[in-house]
Amino acid sequence: MSIFSYFRSQKKPSSASVAKERLQIIVAHERNKREQPEYIEKMQQEILAVIRKYVEIDDEQVKVNLDNNDECSILELNVTLPE
Amino acid sequence: MGKTTTSASIGTGLAQRGHKTVIIDFDVGLRNLDLIMGCERRVVYDFVNVINGEANLKQTLIKDKRVDNLYILPASQTRDKDALTQEGVEKVLDELSEDFDFIVCDSPAGIERGAQMALYFADMAVVVTNPEVSSVRDSDRILGILQSKSRKAEKGEVVEEKLLLTRYNPERVEEGEMLSVEDVKEILAIELLGVIPESEAVLKASNQGSPVILDSDSNSGQAYADAVGRLFGEEIEHRFLDVEKKGFFKRLMGA
Repeated sequence: MSIFSYFRSQKKPSSASVAKERLQIIVAHERNKREQPEYIEKMQQEILAVIRKYVEIDDEQVKVNLDNNDECSILELNVTLPE
Repeated sequence: MGKTTTSASIGTGLAQRGHKTVIIDFDVGLRNLDLIMGCERRVVYDFVNVINGEANLKQTLIKDKRVDNLYILPASQTRDKDALTQEGVEKVLDELSEDFDFIVCDSPAGIERGAQMALYFADMAVVVTNPEVSSVRDSDRILGILQSKSRKAEKGEVVEEKLLLTRYNPERVEEGEMLSVEDVKEILAIELLGVIPESEAVLKASNQGSPVILDSDSNSGQAYADAVGRLFGEEIEHRFLDVEKKGFFKRLMGA
């Protein structure tokens, strides 16, 4: 390897490694979504509707997450209320 | 990309080993397996005709002229995407399985009905992927469907999943411009059935209507033959993964 290519390779990672990193993130995200029970999305909509009765919020301000551990499942509800 | 080429070659490889094999084209509306197999002018009836009872299997199956034990069931060119009913497909597959050792279902692209029907009854799935981001992501989605919407999954069983990587270019991998086999394996986390090097032989074969596995001088043909061997549990080392180091003499000869 010449001294020039050494400096060049320092500058930015190869496009293949960028591709791999992006894929790992999106695939993990999509798998997570897939493994959630189907009612989660509907429940999220309904929770959103209830909160909207009282305060004005966007879709993005409610996050519903289901984490499965060996023994139990944890339902995490995260609502960002406007100031 | 490479699903029909792969179905044609794997089906041919199975038949070459003496197993009675039929390849079914599930791409309703966009029939192409017949062209890849070189029997496009011998199509009389098609898959949908059989489902609708307008023709029987004997009239519809096209026998390959090169390889014994090999038959093709062409797709219909109807525009009606709902022509493939689950009951209809099941009936045809049941009838075929009485007579054939292997049924290769060539799935269309996407996750529409044709693809769902092609995978629903599967015992084993060969997921064909290119080392390219959109292809790898799509493959992961297909794996998700196999794991939830297939008949085996509905019964609580598991469809055997195998990865076949096509259009692989070791030079570009070495330059860091293409995902490597290891990268794709790591992301999809399924067993590797084979790696088909990118090669002119594949285009040449489809031009001629002959599955590339019959071109046994080509890298691609040999890689498909290896993959078929692995389906039978043979331990064959993966080839054509590294850049071919050209010796001085070879370079001089321009080979």
